Amino acid sequence: MSKGLRHVVVVGAGPAGLAAARAAAEAGARVTLLDAADGLGGQYWRHLPAARPAGREHVLHHRWSTFGELSGALRANPAVTVVESAQVWSLERPDGGIRLNVLVGEPDAVGRAVLVLEPDALVLATGAHDRTLPFPGWQLPGVYSAGAAQALAKGERVAVGRRVVVAGAGPFLLPVASALLWTGATVVGVHEAAGPGALARGWLSRPWELAGAAGKAGELAGYVGELARHRVPWRPGEAVVAAHGDGQVEAVTIARLDERWAPVAGTERQVEADAVCVSHGFTPRLELAVAAGCALSPSRFVVVDDAQATSVPGVWAAGEITGIGGADAALAEGAVAGTAAAGGDLGVVRVAVRARARARGFAARIEAAHGVRGGWVRWLRDDTVVCRCEETTYGRVREVVELTGSHETRSVKLTSRAGLGPCQARMCGRTLQELLGDAPGGDSDAGGTAPGVDRRPLVVPVRLGDLASLPSTSASTSP
Amino acid sequence: MTSQRIAVERDPVEPGPDRPLTIWVDGEPVTGTAGQTIAGVLLGAGRRQWRTTREGGAPRGVFCGIGVCFDCLVEVNGLPDVRACLRRAQDGDVVADQGAPPSGGSLPEVTS
Repeated sequence: MSKGLRHVVVVGAGPAGLAAARAAAEAGARVTLLDAADGLGGQYWRHLPAARPAGREHVLHHRWSTFGELSGALRANPAVTVVESAQVWSLERPDGGIRLNVLVGEPDAVGRAVLVLEPDALVLATGAHDRTLPFPGWQLPGVYSAGAAQALAKGERVAVGRRVVVAGAGPFLLPVASALLWTGATVVGVHEAAGPGALARGWLSRPWELAGAAGKAGELAGYVGELARHRVPWRPGEAVVAAHGDGQVEAVTIARLDERWAPVAGTERQVEADAVCVSHGFTPRLELAVAAGCALSPSRFVVVDDAQATSVPGVWAAGEITGIGGADAALAEGAVAGTAAAGGDLGVVRVAVRARARARGFAARIEAAHGVRGGWVRWLRDDTVVCRCEETTYGRVREVVELTGSHETRSVKLTSRAGLGPCQARMCGRTLQELLGDAPGGDSDAGGTAPGVDRRPLVVPVRLGDLASLPSTSASTSP
Repeated sequence: MTSQRIAVERDPVEPGPDRPLTIWVDGEPVTGTAGQTIAGVLLGAGRRQWRTTREGGAPRGVFCGIGVCFDCLVEVNGLPDVRACLRRAQDGDVVADQGAPPSGGSLPEVTS
């Protein structure tokens, strides 16, 4: 490959990363696309692996043809190197540059190949994972994040249960219910925490703007029709407030919620179910952005300008780490970021720039309608597990706060052990901050004295043997 | 059986034909098909728990399904701390309940 070309590395091969990689290559750059998974598509286009190619994969997806077009273009372009099973485990800033330390090979294996990249430009498209608020019994086998249920349905063709309850908040619950129906499961109900008032404020205001987001609205309308055909009730203003069972889920308690998401006494009812899938929104995967020093917004997304440039020269960002806007927004942002990172002319991606503006309006509606409200803490009990790894209960967290008088998340973590397990607070970090009223700040968190729960110098746990075998010099390996 | 893999012949997605593989879980054979993760094989065979927690001795299996929560850690062929939801199963893999997750950054000793 020519040494003279600008080298753009894109991290993440979901809709945003795929669009960024293609745009950067089209703008004349040499592109390396990295993804931790062993296939392209990210969580949105998660699909059966090459070992089990599906005849009718498209029935599980929206815009499946877009995925085919993007991945095909990338694989056919000699200026693009796709590296799958590539886990970026740290990002360094030597002399103001960017260095990515990558391990390539089977997940968590010993002796993976070492790849060190020092690109001219970096596009972060690391996406998001579900956020699930804790509730009594959520640690029982049979309780899944909604994303897990979808991933298992799409990537494994595994039904997580026969009688499944879906609960949480946001439009994502609809495709999850759809994916479950495609596994042959009975979806007992979809319980949306947002009440009719919030839904109306989020979705019915300025209806003329929604016409511009026709793709997304049509996708959601398709799911609503599917649920109706299968007679799956969709119940706003309700939540799963407890899961019950001896060793695994056998039933759940569903309650009505008030406007602040506090359960309304006397409305509880038990429903038999062998699985429950719960998601209350998404948490952006910010590790690399934080390691690079990118400024974050008060709501903890990566701040970008009109060209998707972050506050750090040489680093662009696209997709869910810049705001939860869905695949349409991610595709548009990716195209803009990739073009800009390659030093291309944004005039050629005018269509993407306009699409991005429409899709961002959609993200604001999701937050207005489905954003987490503080009343949910009322469904916690003292014995409710808050940190799944360390099994720290809500009662223990309260006790530590009383004993130490501290509401600072880091100090409570150290004493209660909440957030110190192998997931590095990915599951409970934001919950702890909310419980402690230790609201995350904005820009200063990225490099200041009060790092948010998103700061993790090691992006994933790395085996000591792998650390020991790393080259001590910064040999830049170009795939 | 609560969780299960959809039989190929009645799957509307029409996956390629099964290429069966067997993994060994705490000494018992469990059958899946090539391309599945270890978690996929276990859940597909109706097993939804394969780890017990250190403090509470509570059962755990898959929670997040995408490699973020580390609840599904297993020992694979003697190597602990492998995320079952990410690792593709290979015929003959030996999978064991590894008990507690590592703490304090030190990984437990590999047992043969």
